[in-house]
Amino acid sequence: MSAPGSLAWFARHECRLSWREFLFFISAGRRRRVRGVIIGSALFIAFLHLVAWPIVAPYAAIEGEASKLTLVTVTGTALLSWSLMLSQAMESVTRVFYVRSDLDLILSSPVVAWRLFAVRIGAMALGIGIMGLAFSAPVIDMLAILGGWRWLAAYGVVAAMALAAVALAVPLTIALFHLIGPKRARFVAQIVAAVIGASFVIGLQIAAILSYGTLSRFAFLRSERVVALAPDVESPLWAPARAMLGDPGALAAVLALSLAMVAASILCFAGRFGDYTIAASAVARNAAQQRQLSSFRPASPRHVLRRKEWALLRRDPWLISQTLMQLLYLLPPALLLWKSHGDATGVEGVLTPVLIMSAGQLAGALAWLAISGEDAPDLIATAPVTARQVLVAKIDSVLGATGIVFAPFVLAFALVSPKAALVSAIGIVVASAASTEIQLAFRTQAKRSYFRRRHTSSRIATFAEAFSSIGWAGTGAFIVIGSWVGLLPLFQAVAVIIAVVLFGPARKTA
Amino acid sequence: MSQIQPLFALQIHGLEKRFARPAVDGLDLSVRIGEFYALLGPNGAGKTTTLRMVSGLLKPDAGSISIFGIDALKNPIAAKRIMAWLSEEPMIYDKLTPLEYLEFIAGLWGVDAAEGEARARELIGWLGLEPHAHERCEGFSKGMRQKVALAGALVHEPKLIILDEPLTGLDAAAARQVKTVLRERVHAGGTVIMTTHILEVAERMADRIGVIADGKLIAEGTLEDLRRQAGQGESLEETFLTLVAQGGAAQ
Repeated sequence: MSAPGSLAWFARHECRLSWREFLFFISAGRRRRVRGVIIGSALFIAFLHLVAWPIVAPYAAIEGEASKLTLVTVTGTALLSWSLMLSQAMESVTRVFYVRSDLDLILSSPVVAWRLFAVRIGAMALGIGIMGLAFSAPVIDMLAILGGWRWLAAYGVVAAMALAAVALAVPLTIALFHLIGPKRARFVAQIVAAVIGASFVIGLQIAAILSYGTLSRFAFLRSERVVALAPDVESPLWAPARAMLGDPGALAAVLALSLAMVAASILCFAGRFGDYTIAASAVARNAAQQRQLSSFRPASPRHVLRRKEWALLRRDPWLISQTLMQLLYLLPPALLLWKSHGDATGVEGVLTPVLIMSAGQLAGALAWLAISGEDAPDLIATAPVTARQVLVAKIDSVLGATGIVFAPFVLAFALVSPKAALVSAIGIVVASAASTEIQLAFRTQAKRSYFRRRHTSSRIATFAEAFSSIGWAGTGAFIVIGSWVGLLPLFQAVAVIIAVVLFGPARKTA
Repeated sequence: MSQIQPLFALQIHGLEKRFARPAVDGLDLSVRIGEFYALLGPNGAGKTTTLRMVSGLLKPDAGSISIFGIDALKNPIAAKRIMAWLSEEPMIYDKLTPLEYLEFIAGLWGVDAAEGEARARELIGWLGLEPHAHERCEGFSKGMRQKVALAGALVHEPKLIILDEPLTGLDAAAARQVKTVLRERVHAGGTVIMTTHILEVAERMADRIGVIADGKLIAEGTLEDLRRQAGQGESLEETFLTLVAQGGAAQ
């Protein structure tokens, strides 16, 4: 047994909490679900392996001394994943500062708090590493099956990437804390994390568009200019790529370096985490001041409901950061469209589905917040308004907010291709309405702060929303390029909505 | 033709609600207009379930609820228009300021904008929330949240205010302020129904007290009436415990 308050004791405490959290995540509190989720996940993972097979097959046979081109491609691909890991790590560090949970209890106890934070930094690395390993497993496994066991070394590189991401995220977030103060750090850190997560992918795509007129990141990474600018093959900068290709020496070096980075991060910053969390809690107690003085305006109940929803959506930093990330991903196709002005054929087929898909996903998130994430359900239920009025106002606010976000893109699109813009506009409205209907059918009563875990309450709703948005996006794309194949995704999207309307839980209990 | 004025702010007949077991079991209850009525009972007696059904937050399995003569089950919107519900856990939006919250509620209840603003500012001043009127509620203490919620319950001038344990967790100053506000509402002709575990509050404030156990009203009246029914006890605490014990034994 470890001594109370020791590193091992805190680690055991964190492991127990994380394990129960994970069980809740996969089962949503219903134990019977666990087996179903495990079987479903296994099937899904097997499916992903099948998908990965043809993609990785051409690279599996790479052996011997790696060329500069190979090293650039592997490193670029790894950096894409690493930027997402860094984004995720910044999110996690920010959460440690601002989410109270058990911190008040631990900080008020006579234990040495830095040990807890040391364990939490380690836990973040573990969590991000596990996620990275889960996502990369199909690719690595297929490479190992097709090209030999040496490819399994890539698992070690993914773990090292997670460690390095957390090690860097800690000082980055703390620097933000110092730079702009705890009051704004939460919001800004979430935005910065979103931008970092998207920037490398977007940067490569933009470079590819400007250089070669294509969205393909690999076209840029494998270009002669980039390969010529890259360091020589002997450079230690290629160690991660070499490790990934099965060089045991390079793998040992990469793992040692990443472990040293995390250890340094813990030694330098764990001791100060307590101070930052106390500063963050003082901000939470000292609430944000609204500059605009409220003035009562004549309004119908529907109007005030809509205004309330919009105010709450506007003031939700996590939602804003996620929306911003979605919009950032729209930049490369928009740039491609602008570059190919006058000959937009082909680009329309890319931008239209991206717009429709993004709108469907955003509307789904907004609909969950407005419909299920009502923080004062009793107040609304005791107000002299009908349930229908409340729902209509909430739907209004969701569709209105989605429209405001996407209108500028559609208008700009209309200047280049009016037909594709019209299809996109109709697709955005339909996909948003469909996502809203799905959230209506699967509505539950939840706290707004559970937004990030909304998928656990109904995975069917999550999949329905994804299939619906993909269906409408595919339909839009095929209509724009004038193909009858568009009927297939249309059938898929319509079938999802019919199933939701007929068999959704809200309909059954109505 | 003149309309007949109702005598009762609330009339409940044969109210029933069953979860795993009966929570409210054929309850009959009447509260007069302009009365301060305290509903007492042990944990799980059915107090909150009863008041949630009155407020339209739960559908009864059987029985009737009339609010100022309006059938609350047939015409819930009209009934809701004249009452307010305040629960133990304040129902406020963290990201809104108190003034924005009151504006929202005034809009929901269809209060004229100018009138609503005047009332909101008056309530905010009255409850000592002026320095925080433009701060988001996310950093407020429990007492401040309860005051904001109370202001919300009063901003549309309800004829009937229903409160479920409104004083739990409040400090002495905040509790006194809430009690003062409620008493003044009753003096102004309003009706207040409140559940509480703080017997001293019921003793000092209520015109009549109802004691509920196992979903049934087992005793009702002024404090003197209850003492007589209990047959012993000086304090309300002793009277209450005797009545609950008698009620349990009778069942």
